[in-house]
Amino acid sequence: MDPECARLLPALCAVLADPRQPVADDTCLEKLLDWFKAVTGAGSSLLLLQEHPCLVELLFHVLKPQDLSSRILSFTLRLAGIFAAQENCFQFLQGDPSLFVASAAGQLLVRVLDLALRGPAEGHVCPQAWDWPACARKVVCHLEDCLRSEAAPRVTQALHVLTTTFGHCHGLWTQGLWARLSPLVARLLEKDPVPAPHALVDLLLSVARSSVLSSDPGLWETAAQALSRLSPTQAGPLAAGILKLQDCPQALRIQAFRILLQPLAHVLEAAAQGPGAPRLLEGAAGDLMAVDTFPPSRSACVGLLCSALAHLELLQPLPQRPSPWPQAPLLAAAVTILRFCNGSAAPSSEAGSRLCTMLVGCVRVQRAALDFLGVLSQGLGPQELVTQVFAILLEYLVSPDSSPTVLKKAFQATLRWLLSSATPPGCCDLEPYAQLVLGELLAVLQKRLCSPCWEVRDSGLEFLTQMTRRWGGQGSFRQALLGSEVPELTRQLLQDPESYVRASAVAAVGQLSSWGLLAAPSRPEHPDVPQKTPLEELLLVLTTDSEGFPRRAVMRVFTEWLRDGYADVAKDPEQSVAPVLQAASRDLDWEVRVQGLELALVFLEQLLGPLGPSTAAPPGALTQALQALCRVQLFEFALRSLFDCDRPVAQKSCDLLLFLKAKATPSGSQQEVGDGPNVASVEAALRRWQAGEQGQPLGELAPETVLAVLRSMDLEALRDTLAESSDHVERSPQSLLQDMLATVGVLGDNEADCY
Amino acid sequence: MLDCGLDMTSTLNFLPLPLVQSPRLSNLPGWSLKDGNAFLDKELKECSGHVFVDSVPEFCLPETELIDLSTVDVILISNYHCMMALPYITEHTGFTGTVYATEPTVQIGRLLMEELVNFIERVPKAQSASLWKNKDIQRLLPSPLKDAVEVSTWRRCYTMQEVNSALSKIQLVGYSQKIELFGAVQVTPLSSGYALGSSNWIIQSHYEKVSYVSGSSLLTTHPQPMDQASLKNSDVLILTGLTQIPTANPDSMVGEFCSNLALTVRNGGNVLVPCYPSGVIYDLLECLYQYIDSAGLSSIPFYFISPVANSSLEFSQIFAEWLCHNKQTKVYLPEPPFPHAELIQTNKLKHYPSIHGDFSNDFRQPCVVFTGHPSLRFGDVVHFMELWGKSSLNTVIFTEPDFSYLEALAPYQPLAMKCIYCPIDTRLNFIQVSKLLKEVQPLHVVCPEQYTQPPPAQSHRMDLMVDCQPPAMSYRRAEVLALPFKRRYEKIEIMPELADSLVPMEIKPGISLATVSAVLHTKDNKHVLQPPPRPAQPTGGKKRKRASDDIPDCKVLKPLLSGSIPVDQFVQTLEKHGFSDIKVEDTAKGHIVLLQEAETLIQIEEDSTHIICDDDEVLRVRLRDLVLKFLQKF
Repeated sequence: MDPECARLLPALCAVLADPRQPVADDTCLEKLLDWFKAVTGAGSSLLLLQEHPCLVELLFHVLKPQDLSSRILSFTLRLAGIFAAQENCFQFLQGDPSLFVASAAGQLLVRVLDLALRGPAEGHVCPQAWDWPACARKVVCHLEDCLRSEAAPRVTQALHVLTTTFGHCHGLWTQGLWARLSPLVARLLEKDPVPAPHALVDLLLSVARSSVLSSDPGLWETAAQALSRLSPTQAGPLAAGILKLQDCPQALRIQAFRILLQPLAHVLEAAAQGPGAPRLLEGAAGDLMAVDTFPPSRSACVGLLCSALAHLELLQPLPQRPSPWPQAPLLAAAVTILRFCNGSAAPSSEAGSRLCTMLVGCVRVQRAALDFLGVLSQGLGPQELVTQVFAILLEYLVSPDSSPTVLKKAFQATLRWLLSSATPPGCCDLEPYAQLVLGELLAVLQKRLCSPCWEVRDSGLEFLTQMTRRWGGQGSFRQALLGSEVPELTRQLLQDPESYVRASAVAAVGQLSSWGLLAAPSRPEHPDVPQKTPLEELLLVLTTDSEGFPRRAVMRVFTEWLRDGYADVAKDPEQSVAPVLQAASRDLDWEVRVQGLELALVFLEQLLGPLGPSTAAPPGALTQALQALCRVQLFEFALRSLFDCDRPVAQKSCDLLLFLKAKATPSGSQQEVGDGPNVASVEAALRRWQAGEQGQPLGELAPETVLAVLRSMDLEALRDTLAESSDHVERSPQSLLQDMLATVGVLGDNEADCY
Repeated sequence: MLDCGLDMTSTLNFLPLPLVQSPRLSNLPGWSLKDGNAFLDKELKECSGHVFVDSVPEFCLPETELIDLSTVDVILISNYHCMMALPYITEHTGFTGTVYATEPTVQIGRLLMEELVNFIERVPKAQSASLWKNKDIQRLLPSPLKDAVEVSTWRRCYTMQEVNSALSKIQLVGYSQKIELFGAVQVTPLSSGYALGSSNWIIQSHYEKVSYVSGSSLLTTHPQPMDQASLKNSDVLILTGLTQIPTANPDSMVGEFCSNLALTVRNGGNVLVPCYPSGVIYDLLECLYQYIDSAGLSSIPFYFISPVANSSLEFSQIFAEWLCHNKQTKVYLPEPPFPHAELIQTNKLKHYPSIHGDFSNDFRQPCVVFTGHPSLRFGDVVHFMELWGKSSLNTVIFTEPDFSYLEALAPYQPLAMKCIYCPIDTRLNFIQVSKLLKEVQPLHVVCPEQYTQPPPAQSHRMDLMVDCQPPAMSYRRAEVLALPFKRRYEKIEIMPELADSLVPMEIKPGISLATVSAVLHTKDNKHVLQPPPRPAQPTGGKKRKRASDDIPDCKVLKPLLSGSIPVDQFVQTLEKHGFSDIKVEDTAKGHIVLLQEAETLIQIEEDSTHIICDDDEVLRVRLRDLVLKFLQKF
C-alpha cells in the first residue's frame, strides 16, 4: 500500500465506523473492496492488519450490536472474508461467536454463514463434525433447519449458501459437510412438488464440479434421482451440466442425454407419418413420453424446446459430448421443428396437430432451431437429409413471413452448410447439390437486397460477402453470380439510406471487386459517360458519407485490397493510397483515422519489408520509400495523430513511427548529431499541436528532415505513456479514498449548517 | 338483411374484354365437344387448355329463392365491398325497405360501382352467350364451367341509372348512432377498422343484443380503429368477413410487394398491380412513398388508372373523421392525411381515367401501373396484360385476395411476365379472432361452416379455425338457423300519473310490491301502461246492468295474498275450532285436508287453495277465514 493511501486509511475507517456519516454511494464500497482484494493479493493480509490497526478496529467495531447501515455491515463482512481467505489471518475473527447470534436472519446471515464456512482450518484431513468450530456447527445446524423447512424461500436460501460454498471451497472439510447435508438434499427430491428446483440444480452441479466431492457415488445417485424427479424444463440445465462434466458415470450421462433429447424425440414422433421414420429415442421410453410429458401450454412448450436446442447446440462441439452422437435423427428433428414452425409439416397424429398449433410462426423456436441446424453442419448426414436441410433453409430464405432475425439466422445456417458441403473436405469447390441450390439462393438474395427492411438487406449483404470470400475464385459460383442481378444491386446499395447497409455494401463491393465479380454498371441511357471504378466509388463513400460505419468499412476494404494485392490497387499503390490517406487523416471518426494508419502501416511494410530480424532497409530503398511517403503526405498524418485526442489513434501512430524508425536507424549505426537538417520548425509545429493548436500545417517535408525528427523524438517514452489508460489518475486507490472522504466532508458540512 | 355482396368470381369463366382490339383473343379457337360437335364454338373459346365463355361477363347474385326480398325491411351495409349487389336487390325484387350505411361506404361504394359499370359499358360486346347455360349442355362442359353453380341466375352488370336509384335508397348513418327500427330493435354501426367507413353492427332490444361482425381489422392502417368494447355483452355474435388468406401476414406481404417491385423496376421491367380503386391501394401508396427514395426508385413513374382514380384519391383526403388518429391530427395541421397528395404534387404519382388520352402522351417505361379490375377480365388491366405479358422483365403483382390469381391469369397463358402473389388482406385472422372473442365474451358465436374447420388443403392447421367456448354454431349456404336465445321480457313504460298512484308495500327487505290496474297500450312495438279510464258515473237508470258489463276497475279491489299454508299447523287450528276426524292426504301438487264429518275437502296447492263443501256457505266462509290467517295480505 502506498504511503499516501496508508495515511488516508485511518480517517476513512473512522468514517465507515460512524453511523452518523452515511456513505452515499455503494459503488465506492465495491471499488474499495476491489482495491483491498488487489492489496491482499499482492502481500500478506496478516501484515496488512498488523500495520493498519484501524482495519482491525473497524472489524471489531462492526461486531458490536449497533445501528449500522446494512451496506456497511455487509461491506465489513466481505472485507473480513477477504482477510480470512488467508489462513494465517483468520485469528482475527474466528473467536467471536456473537456475530452469528447477533445477526439473526436474512441476507446478512447468509453472508456470514458463507464467511464462516470458508474459514475452518483448511488442509486438515477431512475434519469430523465434532471437530468443527462452534460457529461452523451453528451454521450447519441452521442450514439443516432450513433444508428441513417447509418454506421454499428458506430452502432456496440454504441451497444458495451451499452452492456458493461448494463452488468456492475445495477443502477436504467440504466432504464432511456434503456427507452430512446430502441426505437432506436427497429428501427434498422426494417432495412433490420438488421445492426450489433451480437452486437444487445449481447445488448439484456445483457439487459435481467440485474436485473434492465428485468422487462421492452418492452424489451421482442424487443427480440421477433429480433427473427423474424434476420436470423436463427444470431438469434440462442439470442434464446439460452433467454432460459437460469430464468425468461422470456413463449411466447418468445416458439418462441426462435422454432428458435433452426427449423434446426433440417428441417432435419426431409427432411428425412421424408411419413406421420407419427416424427416431431419437428407441424403445418403450420413447413411446411412453410421446404426448403426456410435453407441456400443455404454448409458452412452456416453446421454452422447453428452445432450451433443449440451446443445450444441444452447446454440447455438439465439445469433445466430451455423448457418443455415439445421433447426428441423423437430430438433423431430422431440427428440420421437422422448422417445418412445424413454418406450417409446412403435415402431421397426421393429434399430437402433431397440437404441436403445429403451438409452434407455427414462433420466432423464438425458429431462431433456436436454425442456430442448432447451423451447428449440426459440423457433422455429416445422409444425403437425403442434407437435401432436406437445404430445402427447409431455402423455404425460410424465400418466405415473406421470415422475420429479419430469423432470416439472418437462416443465412448463417445456410453458409455453414454450404461450407461443410465442399467435396472432398478442404476442397474449395461446392458439391453438385450445393451448386444447384446456389441458383435459387442468388434469386432469393436478389429479392432480399430489395427488401424494405434494412436488417434484411444488411444480412443479405453479409451473406454475399462471406460467400464471395469463400468461393469468389470458383467457377460455378462466379458463373451463377455474374448471371444474376446481385452484383449490380450490391453496387446500388452503396447509396442505401441506412448507414449499416451502406457499410455492408462497401464490404461486399470490396469482396466482389477483388474477385473481379463487379461488372461495370450498365447505363444504357448514358453510354458515353465513363463508369466509376469500384476504387473510385469507395473513395467517394469515404469522402462524402455522413456516417462513420460506411467510411470505416471503406478503410478496411482498402487495407485488405492493398494487403492482398488487388489488381486495381497493385498497379499503382502510391496513387491509390494517397487520396485514401488524405481523406482518412481529415476524418472526424477516430476509427477511420486508426484504420488510415493501419493502411499506412501496410503500405510501409510493402515498401520496406516487414519488421523482422534484419530490420533495417537498404539505404536506396529507404530513400525511395521515404520520398514516396512524403509524396502521399503520410508524415503529417502520422505526426499529427501522435497528439490525437483519441488515444488509440496516437498509439497506432506511435507504432507506425517506431516501425519507420526501426527501419531507418538500424541498431548500432551512428546517430548523425549536429549536422542534420534543421528540425526546429517541425518541432515547433509539433509543440503547437501538442498544445492543441491543430490548425498549423507542417509544410513540405524532406526525407532527411523526417529522419531527423524521428531520431530526435522519444517515441518509446511516448508509447509507454500512451499505454497507460487515460483515466489512470482517476482510477487510483488514492483518488478513491480522497473522493470518499471528500464526500463525507461535504455531508458533514451540511449537517453543521443545519444546526 | 346483413350486407349484399356480389360474387364476381363468376366473371373468371369469361374471356377478358380488351380495350383495344386483341388479335390474340379474337383468334382463339372455338371449343368443340369430344365427338367433334362444334355447336358451341361461337360461345366458348379455348385458351391453353381452358375454356372460356365469349360474352359479356356476368355476376352471381345473392340468394333470392330462399326469401321474398320484397319483404325485407332493412339492409345493413358493413363496408363498400359488401354492397356491390345492391342495385340488383333494390331495383328488381320489389324491395321497398331502407338501406343503412355510413357516408364513406356509400361514396366509395358508388365509385366501385361506377368503375365496374364503366369498365363493362365502354367495351360493348355484340354477342351474348346463353346456350351453354342450358343444364343438359353445361353437364358436357369441362371444369370449372361444368361445376359453376346457379348459372341461370347469373346477370349482366347493372346500369348507372340503377346504381343511382339504388344509392338513393340508402340512409346515411354515423358511428355509434342509434337507429330505431320499428320500435322493435335498435341498430348501431361501430367502426370495424377495415376500410373507410366500414362498420360492424349491433342489433339490440332492451334485453337482447346481437353483434354482426363483418370485415374488421385490428391492424393500424388508414381507417379509424375497430371498436371492440361496444361488442361486449352480446347474446349472439355473428362472425363473418375474416381474412381470405389466413396464412399471409399483411406486413410480410407489403415487404414482398416492395421487394419484387424494386427488383423488377431496377432490371428495367414494368410492374402491373391489378387493384380496386380504393382501400389497400392507399396503404400501398403510403408504403411506397416511404420506400421509393430509399430504394433509389424516385425517378420511376407510378400511374394510377381508373375512371374514378381522381375521385378516389380526393375522397380519401376529405373523410377525416373516418380516419385513424394519426391521420386525423394531420388534418388539423393542416396537411393532407395521406401522403399520396405529395406523390401527386411531386409528379411521382400520376392518375388517369383511362389509357386513352393524356396517359398515352405521358407514358414512360419502366413504370408501375395500378389499375383494375383485379379479376383481369375487364378494365385497363386487360390492356397491360396483353402489352407486357410477353416479356419476362415485367411483373404482375396480385395484392387483392378476392380472386385466385392462377384463374385470373388463365386466359393470358402462355405468359412470359413474372407473376407474384402478395395478397394483402388486413381483415381478422384466427389468432386475432380468438383474442377478440376472449375480450368480448359473447354467449354464442355464429359463423360460416368454413371457419369452424381447418382449410381443406391444410387439414392439420388447427390454428386456422375459430376456437371458442362454447363451440361456434356454424351455418352453410341456404341453411336456416335458429339463434340460441328467446325473447322473454319486454320493457313497458308506465305513465307518470299512473306511477304516482302506486303504493308499494315492502314484502321482504328491499323488495316492494304494488298492485297496478292500468290499460296496456301497444303501438310500434312499444308498450305503455296508462291510467285506466275513470269509472263511469252512476247513470241512475232503472235498468240493471249485467254483471259482465261492469268495468273491472269499478269493483272493490280484493287484497292480494301471499305466503304458504303449513299443513300441520292448519290441521291443529282446525281441531281447535272444533273440527274432528281430519285426514290429510299428500298429492302430487300439495295436500288435501279431508274433513270427513263435514264432508268437506280443502285442496291446498302451491298457487291455489280450494274449499269444496256441499253448499254450506257458512262453513265455507269459516274455513276460508281460517285459511286466510296463514296468508299475508296487501
